[in-house]
Amino acid sequence: MKRLLILLLAALLLRPALAAERVDPAADLKAFQTYFHARFPHVPPADFVNGPYAMDAGMRAQWQQIMQFPPYQFALDHGKELFAAAFPNGHHYADCLPHGGIGIAQNYPRFDPKTGRVVTLEIALNRCRVVNGLKKLKLTTGDMDDLMAYLTDRSHGRPVAVVVPDDPRARAAYERGKEYFYARRGQLNFSCASCHMQGAGRHLRGDVLAPALGLIASFPIYRSAWGSMGTVVRRFIGCNKQVRAVPQRADSEDYRDLEYFLAYMSDGLPVAGPGARP
Amino acid sequence: MRAWILAGVVALAAVPAAAAVQPDAAAAIARAEAAAQEAAALRDQWTPTIAALHAAHAAAAKGDTAAARRFADRATLLAGLSIRQAREQAQLWRSAVPQ
Repeated sequence: MKRLLILLLAALLLRPALAAERVDPAADLKAFQTYFHARFPHVPPADFVNGPYAMDAGMRAQWQQIMQFPPYQFALDHGKELFAAAFPNGHHYADCLPHGGIGIAQNYPRFDPKTGRVVTLEIALNRCRVVNGLKKLKLTTGDMDDLMAYLTDRSHGRPVAVVVPDDPRARAAYERGKEYFYARRGQLNFSCASCHMQGAGRHLRGDVLAPALGLIASFPIYRSAWGSMGTVVRRFIGCNKQVRAVPQRADSEDYRDLEYFLAYMSDGLPVAGPGARP
Repeated sequence: MRAWILAGVVALAAVPAAAAVQPDAAAAIARAEAAAQEAAALRDQWTPTIAALHAAHAAAAKGDTAAARRFADRATLLAGLSIRQAREQAQLWRSAVPQ
């Protein structure tokens, strides 16, 4: 009897811990999207991909004027040329990617069962280069942005459809990305969620903070503050620095997993990249 | 002649003091390096920690041991705070997740 009571007590004590460890991406997705829909009932679900422009009428009006001559157009055109150009060995990027790379951006990042790691589209492009005897491109700026602008444009309007397969390594990667998003870091003690969940729609000086829902769907972006294009990893690095945290490597597990989590949270929203931001 | 003797006495008096400060500064920098490494291993390094460490090394290179120790102590303090943050956040992050 005493033994039974001890076992029962142990089970009761362990239950919350086990619940905390359980990984349920579908339940997370529902709770995440419900949070934003409840906080911003006036914003149509698909409009979250427009970030601050879905929150502020003045900014939206300015953006619509800017978009008459999209600032990412040069990157888009250059990206198309880069993608079509043959490697010295005669192969192309299209040879390395599913469906020749066209209309696939909404499925990235993907979990690669061979390596057990998350692969972003940028990393897939770099893998293609290495296989064909070329050096990797920078994951933050330059030609990679232009290639990404083109590939994202080819998926424009398609619903984000990132999959977290029933593989413990994929679930662990998703969970690490989730932890990275919610954990506070840096001397200013901010998490990604501090700005892009709790602070979404609020002003940070002259900026309106974009909601995390749909955030990833507009990348790569031309950011006026940069005066150039940037991938989502460039933004991650910038956010880390702004809260006085040392950024991770651009191809780090942390950023791959964070992008994986964020993309999964935007499931069903239309790809809106390349984008333009203040 | 008197001035020379005075200068010699001052110089001799200063030597043991400088010799005593140097190992202190080196130890302070070593402590700061160790704390910063621990913070990095927890993936929560702060940029001000690195800035303070660089300043400590720069001061030590110039022979300003007092400043080196001061910057190193600052780096140790900042690294300690980031370690505490990382350990607390290892569990606390869950409280921010919408249910």
